[in-house]
Amino acid sequence: MIIQEHNISSREEPVIRIQNLYKSFGEKKVLSGVNLELYRGENLVVLGRSGTGKSVLIKIIAGLLKPDSGFVEVLGKEVPKLNDRKLKELRLKLGFSFQHSALYDSMTVMENLKFPLVRHKRNLSKKEIDQAVDSVLDSVGLLETKHQMPAELSGGQRKRIGIARTLILNPEIMLYDEPTAGLDPTTSIEINSLINSVKEKFHTSSIIITHDLTCAKMTGDRITMLMDGQFVETGTFEEVFRSKDERVQEFYNYNFIK
Amino acid sequence: MAEKPRRKYLITRNLDYFFTEVYHISKFISRFFREVFRPPFEIGEIIRQCYEIGYKSLALISMTGFITGIVFTKQSRPSLSEFGATSWLPSLVSIAIIRALAPLVTSLIAAGKVGSNIAAELGSMKVSEQIDAMEVSGTNPFKFLVVSRVLATTFMIPVLMCYTGIVGLLGAFVNVAQNENTSFTAFMEGAFSSISFLDIGSSVVKALCYGFTIGIIGCYKGWTATNGTEGVGRSTNAAVVLSMFLIFIEEIILVIITNNLR
Repeated sequence: MIIQEHNISSREEPVIRIQNLYKSFGEKKVLSGVNLELYRGENLVVLGRSGTGKSVLIKIIAGLLKPDSGFVEVLGKEVPKLNDRKLKELRLKLGFSFQHSALYDSMTVMENLKFPLVRHKRNLSKKEIDQAVDSVLDSVGLLETKHQMPAELSGGQRKRIGIARTLILNPEIMLYDEPTAGLDPTTSIEINSLINSVKEKFHTSSIIITHDLTCAKMTGDRITMLMDGQFVETGTFEEVFRSKDERVQEFYNYNFIK
Repeated sequence: MAEKPRRKYLITRNLDYFFTEVYHISKFISRFFREVFRPPFEIGEIIRQCYEIGYKSLALISMTGFITGIVFTKQSRPSLSEFGATSWLPSLVSIAIIRALAPLVTSLIAAGKVGSNIAAELGSMKVSEQIDAMEVSGTNPFKFLVVSRVLATTFMIPVLMCYTGIVGLLGAFVNVAQNENTSFTAFMEGAFSSISFLDIGSSVVKALCYGFTIGIIGCYKGWTATNGTEGVGRSTNAAVVLSMFLIFIEEIILVIITNNLR
């Protein structure tokens, strides 16, 4: 059995801690003193308009980007200070679902799922690998797509397979980058339900980057609003949108009208 | 009068771009040499790439090699027959094909076919975040994608070059056999009598260098692709142009070195 259940300990134990995080691209300041804590077993939604640095934030967490300054700790490891080997070890505990799924175009769905498994679980037999692939495809409800190429899948199916590929290594933390972007409302709701079922079944802690209020409401235990490079409000969905901050209200009203 | 500072700015900007590009390519090459000797070795992917680059180029290489042999023989005959020296045709053709045409034609065809393919593949993987996905899944994408492809081009271009040489000589023989009463054995004896080990050795070294250039430039341009599909197109184009340009520069340098060794 590949899939193991992670220990759910106290909610007060943060699995991700970020303090005073700064990141700029040239003259453009993207993150200006961001502080964040993700607790074990929770879904934290980072809401914000496009281009506010939400994706940059999770790319820094995954070690894909280096911060200009600040403290970034994931599962007790300070990410910017890790060497290649330790960063690789840490990444095996992280699942990253990309905005456009990032499935390998030249491989079938099954090969996409096998790819991380054959590299990092070398002790598994061919039969165990096939079982793990079937099990994780079943979890996302797409067992029948096993032999299809990514180009033959719909947007929603690609998202599901992208999530399945991250789940196959049994991550402790999931990072979702715009999971519902570009999907129709029905498929978006299916993806939101999948995010919740991943949390229940795999006992993951997740950061969900989105600008979709439905996604935030459905999936978030806690919501935080990123604006002008800083978090302006944090709390439950209702608490955040009770805020008197004009920018938060503007974001809410815009989404509501839309 | 306003023209002057603008032109000056344009020159400095181009120079700045040139030196920045040289710096980045040098860094990319040094990363390749750091990664190539460090385990794990992606043997399966290297073999797959050798198949993709070598076997799948055979049809195109066969055609161009054969045609090159025929055309070169056809073009050389009138000049030699003026001096009554058509019997030298096998020697002349073999020297031209083995020393220059085989490595150059093979690598220029490969720069167009293989180099563009590598740049486009890596470029589209880059802009669609597939390279990032590979990295976060704990796989070193540089080793898996770049090292395997550069090694495959470096190993396969010399093999393809040898094949082009043989096919080119066959093309030359077809033309010679049509016009002169020369047997295959006599043609080959004439062809190889004027070829030395240095000729073959220098061509293999040339092909190794060109293969490395095609692989590294194709990978570099794909790896650094930005701005979506338009950027991928630009990178692919730049990979072909730059690798062809570098192949000619290398040709000049290697010919000078080889001639000094003769």
